[in-house]
Amino acid sequence: MSNLAILPIIIPLLAGILLAFFPKKLPLVRGLAKLTTILNLAVVTYIFAFVKQNGTLILETGAWKAPFGIIIVADLLAVTLVLTTNIIAVAAAFYAPKSLTDQQETFYFYSFFFLLISGVSGAFLTGDLFNLFVFFEVLLMASYALIVLGGGKAQLRESIKYLLLNLFSSMLFVTAVSFVYSVVGTVNMAQIAERVKDVDQQGILTTVAVLLFFVFATKAAVFPLYYWLPNSYSVPNPVVSALFGALLTKVGIYSILRVFTLIFTHDQGLTHNLFLWLAGLTMIFGVIGALSTNNVKLIIAYNIIPAVGFMLMGIGVFTETSLSGTVYYLVHDMVIKGALFLLIGALVHLAGTSDLRKMGGLIHHYPLLGWLFFLASLVLAGIPPFSGFIGKLLLLQGSLAKEEISIVIVALLSSLLILFSMIRIFIGAFWGEKVEGLPVDKRAARAFTGPIAGLLALSVILGVGAEWFYPAIQSIGEYLMAPELYIDSVLKE
Amino acid sequence: MIKTNDLILRTTTTLIAFILFGFSVYLFFAGHNKPGGGFIGGLMTSAAIVLMYMAYGMESVAKIIPINFRVVIPIGLLIAVGTGVGSFIFGQPFLSQTFAYFQLPILGKTELATALLFDLGVYLTVIGVTMTIILTIAQDRKDETA
Repeated sequence: MSNLAILPIIIPLLAGILLAFFPKKLPLVRGLAKLTTILNLAVVTYIFAFVKQNGTLILETGAWKAPFGIIIVADLLAVTLVLTTNIIAVAAAFYAPKSLTDQQETFYFYSFFFLLISGVSGAFLTGDLFNLFVFFEVLLMASYALIVLGGGKAQLRESIKYLLLNLFSSMLFVTAVSFVYSVVGTVNMAQIAERVKDVDQQGILTTVAVLLFFVFATKAAVFPLYYWLPNSYSVPNPVVSALFGALLTKVGIYSILRVFTLIFTHDQGLTHNLFLWLAGLTMIFGVIGALSTNNVKLIIAYNIIPAVGFMLMGIGVFTETSLSGTVYYLVHDMVIKGALFLLIGALVHLAGTSDLRKMGGLIHHYPLLGWLFFLASLVLAGIPPFSGFIGKLLLLQGSLAKEEISIVIVALLSSLLILFSMIRIFIGAFWGEKVEGLPVDKRAARAFTGPIAGLLALSVILGVGAEWFYPAIQSIGEYLMAPELYIDSVLKE
Repeated sequence: MIKTNDLILRTTTTLIAFILFGFSVYLFFAGHNKPGGGFIGGLMTSAAIVLMYMAYGMESVAKIIPINFRVVIPIGLLIAVGTGVGSFIFGQPFLSQTFAYFQLPILGKTELATALLFDLGVYLTVIGVTMTIILTIAQDRKDETA
């Protein structure tokens, strides 16, 4: 029993509800939003330290014993991801007032923002498959509202696609959960994992596993199911894009990671090989997308997809090193995608266009922003001292140990092309002749720079100080390879 | 626009709306031991309010029930989350419920459970959401023609 585990869900939820009472009082709302995100970050940091010291925190809500009630499981993996989520929330809360118009802010932006954070934290922390579905819906509902906020024509068009696709995959999720329930008779993840071993007909479980993978792959934008992502992530406001890019697809990847390390480990020949194939294709097609366009927002949105491929590759290889690599890459990618979307938002705001061919010479006016973008490109591509490198190194080491040579080649090649697509933006937007008649707005640039620089600094620390973080990441890898630890801590046997 | 004479509709509404309100409150309280509860009770109450809107028109009902339904949503949510957070004070896990028996004047020995408070939150949220949806769509049309 510890109510600590529920706090990362409750604090943003309460904040979202309270801010819905007075949406028009902007200075108050902004102040409270910033304060709450910082408070929440402090609480989550404390929980992180607590979990690292004392092991997994379990909360049985309503004092119902484990397989019967809903449980909240704050293990090191979940808490790490919640901590990263809250860091991004702080950056977004400070960036939002500059990026949104007053009208957009008064239409309950902060309420939906906090509900999104609450849903994401809940999805990371829950230990119950149906509860995971509910938290998916909480965060998706909030994301539907955020994507149309402002009501531009393109937003309305893309939100329809986004909504239809997510409704469809949510419906499949419910179907998959009902199949799981009919086979094993429970929705508690620990108990499912325990019972899966005793089912005589493993074939039906493999079918259910692939169905669940299909659901999570749609949310995470894996190869044949990524088509909805680039446009719907590039049309909303930059803050919203940053939240989506940093958090939403990562919840899908986390669910795959959790479900396929804890529950469905019985037929790895089929499922994990499928992951490897799809991971390779995801990387290739994502990078091709990123190279195909001159719209800077779209380039960044397409760059989410190969990152998803990298994480899926780690799950597919399924060794301790590769799972550590996936977790490390997950944390790194959340931070850097948040920073990149915020950077691109600032860039588009200052250049007045999102077309790469019409920009140029911005480094003469905004040197700091330019070099931050250059740094972000290096981090994303995985140049040695930075955080992208460590994650990719672990992934590649894991794959080589299992002699999956072809996926290694694809991964290295796509890293190169990611760097190319990013440097194209850097050269096109920041180098070259100044564009005539463009108003220079140094104050806005300075306001944008704060949150971006914060996230990038964290990203650099993640890479340079890898030795501080590595023991924790390695213990998560070991923990994921030993699902008994999770089952025992939940069911207390 | 000439208003049609809807005397019959209005007279029956005065009667039926009362029955609907009563039934919805019954459903709300019955939830613990019989079919019913906050969700269906809230829907039924909103149905009664919608019936009044249909019979009497926007302005007069807005005068009779001067509630901004958009504020009802966070109030309901606050009550629901509050009952969960309330268990923190007593050192119990989140969302713990408790109950006790009371000797009430007319009803006699009655079981009162804190689950009812959670249901009250659900009830208010459902009314708030339903009425916000219906009234927003209704007002949208008026803005366009004006």
